[in-house]
Amino acid sequence: MSSILIIEQILNGLQFGVMLFLMAAGLTLIFGVMGLINLAHGSLYMVGAFAAAAVAGATGSFLLALVAALAAAALAGAIVEMVVIRRLYKAPHLDQVLATFALILIFSEGTRWVFGSFPLFLDIPDALSGPVTLPGGIEYPLYRLTLIGIGLAVAVGLWALIERTRLGIRIRAGENDREMIAALGVDISKLYTLVFALGAALAGLAGALVGAIQSVQVGMGEPVLILAFVVIVIGGIGSVRGAFIGALLVGLTDTLGGVFLPELFKLFMDNGAAQKTGSALASMGIYVLMGLVLIWRPTGLFGARA
Amino acid sequence: MRLDERYINGLMIAGLLALPLWALVADQPFTITLMTRAVILALAAVGLNIVLGIGGMVSFGHAAFFGIGGYAMGILAYHAQTYTALDLGAFTTEGTKFMPVIWLVAMITSGLAASFIGLLSLRTSGVYFIMITLAFGQMFFYFAISWAQYGGEDGLSIYVRNDFPGLNTLMPIQFYGICFALLCLVLALFARLQASPFGLALNATRQAAVRVETVGLNPMRLKLLAFVLSGAITGLAGALFADLNRFVSPTMFSWQLSGELIVLIVIGGVGRLMGPVIGACVYVALEHFLGEITDFWHVYLGVILLCIVLFGRGGLIGLLTGKEGAHV
Repeated sequence: MSSILIIEQILNGLQFGVMLFLMAAGLTLIFGVMGLINLAHGSLYMVGAFAAAAVAGATGSFLLALVAALAAAALAGAIVEMVVIRRLYKAPHLDQVLATFALILIFSEGTRWVFGSFPLFLDIPDALSGPVTLPGGIEYPLYRLTLIGIGLAVAVGLWALIERTRLGIRIRAGENDREMIAALGVDISKLYTLVFALGAALAGLAGALVGAIQSVQVGMGEPVLILAFVVIVIGGIGSVRGAFIGALLVGLTDTLGGVFLPELFKLFMDNGAAQKTGSALASMGIYVLMGLVLIWRPTGLFGARA
Repeated sequence: MRLDERYINGLMIAGLLALPLWALVADQPFTITLMTRAVILALAAVGLNIVLGIGGMVSFGHAAFFGIGGYAMGILAYHAQTYTALDLGAFTTEGTKFMPVIWLVAMITSGLAASFIGLLSLRTSGVYFIMITLAFGQMFFYFAISWAQYGGEDGLSIYVRNDFPGLNTLMPIQFYGICFALLCLVLALFARLQASPFGLALNATRQAAVRVETVGLNPMRLKLLAFVLSGAITGLAGALFADLNRFVSPTMFSWQLSGELIVLIVIGGVGRLMGPVIGACVYVALEHFLGEITDFWHVYLGVILLCIVLFGRGGLIGLLTGKEGAHV
């Protein structure tokens, strides 16, 4: 176990973490502003990935594919918000869960209907393929490094949007007192559609970016969705900062656990058993992390309300 | 149309008795298998209905208990069929193919898991509770996938269905009888529970937890007890489901299954005695008939579900009785 391997794994964990953040940021914003639990967020991730794969296949341009992913996911989000989600803001959580569960079924099977069951492939653009040498002589894939950069840039952009712009003021006001900002003349339903579309676009972007290193297929969104839930439970529901910290924690725990736990068990077990026990425990690692955080702080690290 | 809920309940039970007998006479064993599936899913959903319907806790992780029940059956029967010892640390056993023992083990293990999950997740409420139960369900899912000793991702096949004294469980109608009898038992338990002081207190916890606390009851303890009972019943259903398919795999832990169990209850009517039963029958029928027409039947299920949530409060029983809530 060399230090190069450790740094590589930390970078992998960071890359996984920032992509989770793109998902979790949208989820937590939507919950914070509208009080809605959106299970169909993973479907928007899938919509982004499929749109990117389709456009990249037709035009060969990765940049156009990313634009298509953002546009398709934002559009799908806006339509879903106006047709279905809007009716659910005042509904009990059970209704929200069910309606968005129904949306997953419609999105997933609808996509299977249009694109078939076989996975699509989205190629890494030539300019970003291949490894790059980092200081210290570490060879690391340029594309993954770019993902970390994009994720961090989005995090900064989102912070600036929420803290430094007029729209951000409205979003924060919407979290605190929706009657009041409606009374002050803000068109609240337009704001809700906008926030939902913003969250959807972030999910679509994540889907397209990750789609290039994994395959693009139906059902790709749900595992990520559940991890994003773990992230926002850890970070505190409604807190974008919490989502960022939580996403990095989950990304690092998952990646490092998978590599180091088997090694750890090898110290006092024979190889095969250590591999088995280690990987079994590693797959549960983030849930253990979630449990520990909840025992310590039932509303998450940065959560204000239950 | 305004029907009394008791008539609907009676009709359902009569239908569940009559239809398999008809299928037996008409020599349609597949119908009996379909109905067995519906009855087992109904049993799992009745378990969930205790926490969801009476206690108002939206558990999105009940597949965990379903799966644990399934694996309890799978592991015991696997050791019995391969004549290998199952080492439990304190003692070893050779496994068993005897249904009542399997049921008991399934209920105890899933009840234990429920007390563990419940202790942690009941510290929270609302959206947190939904997400945490979902996450714990996934934890078991990934554990089952990486549990190579019992098949990992491929699951375990059990070659012969387990035994029940005096019955030939390989005959579909006899296995159906076992499942139906268990469902009736659990329904009776649910009805008793709903009317018992414990059930009333649990119901009150859903409506006003603070008031329950003020009269000197501990809402957390009530909820936890309900959660454990609910998990044990869903675990029992899991063991039966595994016996029906003679196969267990990590898909029994999948989050979709947790979602489907909630869907069953909502189709029939939340908190209603027979809500899950009606929901399960409708669901299995939809799955069978729509599945014959198109491979993409989930799209239609999604649309139906959306309509129920947006327009049809109270599920099918609510529609038939004209009363939206179960607790009026």
